[in-house]
Amino acid sequence: MALTLILIATLLAAGSGLPGVFLGRSSRWGQRVAVGLMASGALAGLAGACLGLTSAQDRIVVFPWPAMGDSLIGVDALSAFFLVPIFLMGGLGSLYSLGYWPQDQHPENGRKLQLFWGLMVAGMALLVLARQAMAFLLGWEVMALSAFFLVSTEDHREECRQVGWVYLVSTHLGTLTLFGLFSLWRWATGSYALLPLASEAVGLGVLNGLFFLALLGFGLKAGMMPLHFWLPGAHANAPSQVSAMLSGVVLKMGVYGLVRFLFLLPDPPGAWGGLILVLGAISGLLGVVFAIGQHDLKRLLAYHSVENIGIILMGLGLAMLGRSAHRPEWIVLGLAGCLLHVWNHSFFKSLLFLCAGSVVQATHTQEIDRLGGLAKRMPWTAGLFLVGAVAICGLPPLNGFVSELLVYLGLFRTITVPGAGGSAAVIGAPVLAMIGALAVACFVKVYGAVFLGTPRDHDPAQAHEAPLSMRAPMLVLAACCALIGLAPGLVAPVLDRAMAGLLPPGSAPFSVASLVPLDTVGAMSLALVAFAGVLALAFTARGRAARRVGTWDCGYALPTSRMQYTAASFAQIIVTMFAWVLRPRVHPPGIEGPFPRAAGMHSHVDDLVLDRVLAPVGRCVARWCDWIHQLQQGLTQHYVLYILIAVVLMLSTLLPIDGFLSRLFAR
Amino acid sequence: MTSLLNAILVIVLVMNLFALAASRIRALIRIVAVQGALLGAIPLLVPQHVALPAVLMVVAAVAIKGVVIPLIMMRALRDAQIKREVGPLIGRLPSVILGAAAILFAVLFADQLPLADQHEGVLLVPASIATVLVGFILLTTRVKAITQIVGYLVLENGIYIFGTLLIEALPLVVELGVLLDLFVGIFVICIIVNHINQAFSSLDTRQLVSLKE
Repeated sequence: MALTLILIATLLAAGSGLPGVFLGRSSRWGQRVAVGLMASGALAGLAGACLGLTSAQDRIVVFPWPAMGDSLIGVDALSAFFLVPIFLMGGLGSLYSLGYWPQDQHPENGRKLQLFWGLMVAGMALLVLARQAMAFLLGWEVMALSAFFLVSTEDHREECRQVGWVYLVSTHLGTLTLFGLFSLWRWATGSYALLPLASEAVGLGVLNGLFFLALLGFGLKAGMMPLHFWLPGAHANAPSQVSAMLSGVVLKMGVYGLVRFLFLLPDPPGAWGGLILVLGAISGLLGVVFAIGQHDLKRLLAYHSVENIGIILMGLGLAMLGRSAHRPEWIVLGLAGCLLHVWNHSFFKSLLFLCAGSVVQATHTQEIDRLGGLAKRMPWTAGLFLVGAVAICGLPPLNGFVSELLVYLGLFRTITVPGAGGSAAVIGAPVLAMIGALAVACFVKVYGAVFLGTPRDHDPAQAHEAPLSMRAPMLVLAACCALIGLAPGLVAPVLDRAMAGLLPPGSAPFSVASLVPLDTVGAMSLALVAFAGVLALAFTARGRAARRVGTWDCGYALPTSRMQYTAASFAQIIVTMFAWVLRPRVHPPGIEGPFPRAAGMHSHVDDLVLDRVLAPVGRCVARWCDWIHQLQQGLTQHYVLYILIAVVLMLSTLLPIDGFLSRLFAR
Repeated sequence: MTSLLNAILVIVLVMNLFALAASRIRALIRIVAVQGALLGAIPLLVPQHVALPAVLMVVAAVAIKGVVIPLIMMRALRDAQIKREVGPLIGRLPSVILGAAAILFAVLFADQLPLADQHEGVLLVPASIATVLVGFILLTTRVKAITQIVGYLVLENGIYIFGTLLIEALPLVVELGVLLDLFVGIFVICIIVNHINQAFSSLDTRQLVSLKE
């Protein structure tokens, strides 16, 4: 039943953009049909996922695929768990596009957007359902290629094309690694079916090979720190609901791949968990530090995705350490933190991106230092952004706190054990705390500069609130955030079910609820909300009206709103603190002479990997390879000659030259 | 039968050398036409194969390769009113020497291949490889569009010789399809030749480089 519903939903999603293709370029009906199909698909898919989470049996259906052995498709609690954000965001994002990307205003790319949106949702659903490597790869490629077309929606812009290419290269690298991974898997196990390996079935060398290929291939998609280079540009240049989907759901497919695949491998060495934990800590810390240095709202949010993937990986690393140390409570806490943060991040990050989209639509800029004062003009967006910001900072009473709490508690558990496990907590817990503190600083900067103060430019001053079709998806996401934050006891059984298949047999007594007092957490969050509400009521009851006075402006006679404290100056202190890794580039104004002309200054933080490693290396390689152009003259004759040379050389290897020579020179 | 087959194949090999030595495009086309017609008749020499479909096939191959295609090419040559010389990139003597080297290579190489018993002692494989190589040499050293077509035809003849190894296994439809492809391909190229001539006032395919971005 669950599987049938989900398959119907997948088909609906895949076909949602098709009717629009046959309608006019600027006809709104195509979009309405697409949204209707997508929404019904999302409802069916969510219903199927809920059934999959509650039903006990794990049903696997065999699809005949003669070329590849038979393809296995099935839904278990883990797939169902990941299907929830896929279908939720698929439906909500489609609804959002009704107001954000109306077909009649975007005739040149609206149809493309709907078509590939549906295909991407369907691809992700397929990959989550797949129990066989080839079906998995099929879903993976459908998702990755649709994402490429979505990222380059506005392909008339040079920058958009460029980030599209970077994304395409990186996703192909990832797919290549996955080909290697599954070929090795097939070689080691004899089949493409993704079923758990028995221990001692393959040697440690092969296991290590599988692990590193998986880490590379899935890590590239997840945006793990040194492999995150495609992510900020792609998120910043895609339409906002696409950024939300990429950040909230597509990155999670990398996490899903890691979780699904690593738990198929038996007896993981302790180094695996340690490596994932360290990589997670690095991604988390550097992600948030780079986020602070950004001036672009959506690019900043994109770096926060790197940070949150870091937190998710820390949970996963802890769970892997628990597997090698045979400590089921570490696995439960780490994995619960990892999975719950997957959900949470997909809710609050999508919410933040959708809010950013409504800001961008209202003001036509995503530069933080050009915005300001939007809280008065866009109260819904401002309030919802605040909810997302509190959630992403991991503050109570919202959902980010709950999942980070699980990771914290898991890390604290490792202290009691002497030896290698102890060091995990030593690096993990303080890094997590530091990530949280920096995230708060970053969102104070964003919220203060974008929503508070007065408008710094003409456009923000003219901004209007987003239409209902854009507000409704944001409200749903904010409600999800609040629900998990205020009633974390509700998700504990869901997490237990999702993890049930991954835990080693015999660890049944441990459940999330038994390890973490989630009801107490929920009660405290409710109390906090109540306290804040009472406080707010008390303030309004006193009824003191806000007075409007000018700030002290050092005696300058003509202050303008551009003279407000900017986001860049707010972040300055932290940016200088981390200057050793951020390397901020400041282009100071050149002021000369007694009557200087108008001057400008700007600063930027280049990406660690893309701008400072890959781009210079790429230019170097291009310079070395210049001579190859000699070979490509555009003459067919030359190309045929190359073929001839290659053929003759290859045939010559079959000739027994030694035999000829000995026959020639023998007496 | 085998000796007759071998004799034909030797003639084909010699015609390869003639094709490399030809200085006039008209002569080149004629040589390839005769080569194609000779090869088209080969299926009749293979035992247990002489049946009505095979005979039809032979007639079609001989007609297309020996008559229709040369006629189309002659017509293109006349319409384009191009110079009648081949104008090779490397001289005719070096071409012939290269062709001879190719035949030597092919014979040496063919010895190494494991063949079915009924193909022992038949020159099919060396003749096929040598003809393919000569086709390549024609393609790389002759620059005019018409001579390029001739190169492709010789290349195809080589592949056809190889195909006769499988004559019992290969369905008739496949061979007819190949013939149709060849016919249509050449037909189209001959039309293009005319257009190249009008656009560039020459049939030198090196001029097409200027279309590069």
